[in-house]
Amino acid sequence: MAYLPHTEEDRRRMLETIEKNDVEELLEAVPEELRQKKPLNLPPPSAEMDTVSLLRELASVNGDLDSYTSFLGAGIYDHFIPSVVSHITSRPEFYTAYTPYQPEVSQGTLTAIFEYQSMIAELTAMDVSNASVYDGGSALAEAASMALALSKKRNGLVVSKGIHPFYREVMKTCLTGQEVEIVEVPVTGGLTDLDRLRDECCDNTAAVIVQSPNFVGSIEDLKEVGEAATACGALFIAVVDPISLGILKPPGEFGADIVIGEGQALGNHPSFGGPLFGFFACRDKHKRSLPGRLVGQTVDEDGKRGFVLTLQTREQHIRREKATSNICTNQALNALAATVYMSLMGKEGLREVAQLCIQKAHYAREKINELEGFSSPWDTPFFKEFPVRTTTFPGEVIERLKSKGFLAGVSAGCFDSSLDDVLLVAVTERRTKEEIDKLVELLGDLGGT
Amino acid sequence: MNVPENLLYTKEHEWVRVEGSTATIGITDYAQGELGDIVFVELPEVDTDVKQLEAFGTIEAVKTVADLYSPVSGEIREVNSTVEETPEVMNQDPYGEGWIIKVQLSDTSELDGLLNPEEYTKLIS
Repeated sequence: MAYLPHTEEDRRRMLETIEKNDVEELLEAVPEELRQKKPLNLPPPSAEMDTVSLLRELASVNGDLDSYTSFLGAGIYDHFIPSVVSHITSRPEFYTAYTPYQPEVSQGTLTAIFEYQSMIAELTAMDVSNASVYDGGSALAEAASMALALSKKRNGLVVSKGIHPFYREVMKTCLTGQEVEIVEVPVTGGLTDLDRLRDECCDNTAAVIVQSPNFVGSIEDLKEVGEAATACGALFIAVVDPISLGILKPPGEFGADIVIGEGQALGNHPSFGGPLFGFFACRDKHKRSLPGRLVGQTVDEDGKRGFVLTLQTREQHIRREKATSNICTNQALNALAATVYMSLMGKEGLREVAQLCIQKAHYAREKINELEGFSSPWDTPFFKEFPVRTTTFPGEVIERLKSKGFLAGVSAGCFDSSLDDVLLVAVTERRTKEEIDKLVELLGDLGGT
Repeated sequence: MNVPENLLYTKEHEWVRVEGSTATIGITDYAQGELGDIVFVELPEVDTDVKQLEAFGTIEAVKTVADLYSPVSGEIREVNSTVEETPEVMNQDPYGEGWIIKVQLSDTSELDGLLNPEEYTKLIS
């Protein structure tokens, strides 16, 4: 079956209509020396059966989480995804629709997004959530931009180095060209140096930004951070792990103005680092500066409830250069997966997931610390991820355990050179006691060598 | 089209009523008709300085955002909280309850550069 809709007859008739002899004539505007003379180096057409066979062979070169036991983290985690999630997301109405926001024909999609927004707002204890952004990194960039837009006279950002290094990099890239003063506060002993943070806050600070749990897994004191921000009149932006909110107090209760984070852990596969989605929530008073799409509830002319994209005057297609952001998209399918996940889990399920993460991660750390050649670099409260200082180079630990079918963790040194003897180990509710014990056994076989 | 005789106008469809050295400013009936339902107004703070023909705020209708331009230079003495809370008053009563800011004039000669009711009527027809 040909997948191109035009027959030779169609092409001939189209050419006749525009009075051209062949398609080449349409390219006359392209200089001769730039034109492709030879056909592209592509193999001949392949039957479906053969194509599937080839793709299967190529895919088999990659490892997956069915073949490996994963303790990988650093922002993307192997959490359990109930099968109902894909049953709903793979419905063609959701899966194949492109930008389905016309309210006359997209009430299902808009309803789902409204539910998503409501759940995120509830989870983070904030007033409003948008329809999602690309990922945690760009959420940070957008939050920083929003804070700068709101604080007309201030252009300083106090940013903890405990925030994922990739997110900070993305934020800096997005703020290129703007007059911003970014001050990064160091992490000492696994936590943001709060004294330094307080010192750096001044009357030019537009926002104070901290991640909890932070990049090395420690739970930060958001109350203190919130107070520091309030004291200098700055906005408080919190970057959080949504799963952790199953058990930890949400940033909204600490007075956060904006709450963002990576949403992947909610019902989305780690895949090979994406696709992901970023969640973004704020206070009602700031909603007109909220970037991204926003679904609102309203009534139609018969008084029946319906949903629409709303407050569109925030967006750049209307507000142009005065808009907070030029983002005009969202990660609908990933956010939908998260919505289905959160609906299934509910408050109790999410709490259970969080509890299991904490218990298993603490068990794992305890057992690992009993081994020769492995220790905790510091002792801070943590959620589901913790650093392990290894005498064997982390890269080698990872390689050797990979050959045994275990993804031991992430080398922190890849993100921060001061941590090049640190392995970040994440333990989610998916990891059984047997798997954790096996990890410890394999690490023990390495230790001291 | 309602174009009161006792006011002066800008090409950007703002009106100004001068009483002594105080100028009260709003948008015209023509402007509110063109914008449609006004849903939000972003206003400056009292004591802020404004300059003639510079934007001092924004006005939002459902599908558009427009700048508000000051007909005069001076210092903002008062801001109408009614239009912040119920922006639709700008549609209902643009020359009365729908006033936006009151400015302490710094240069009365600027008024010569504005349009009189006749000139404004011509502009909008």
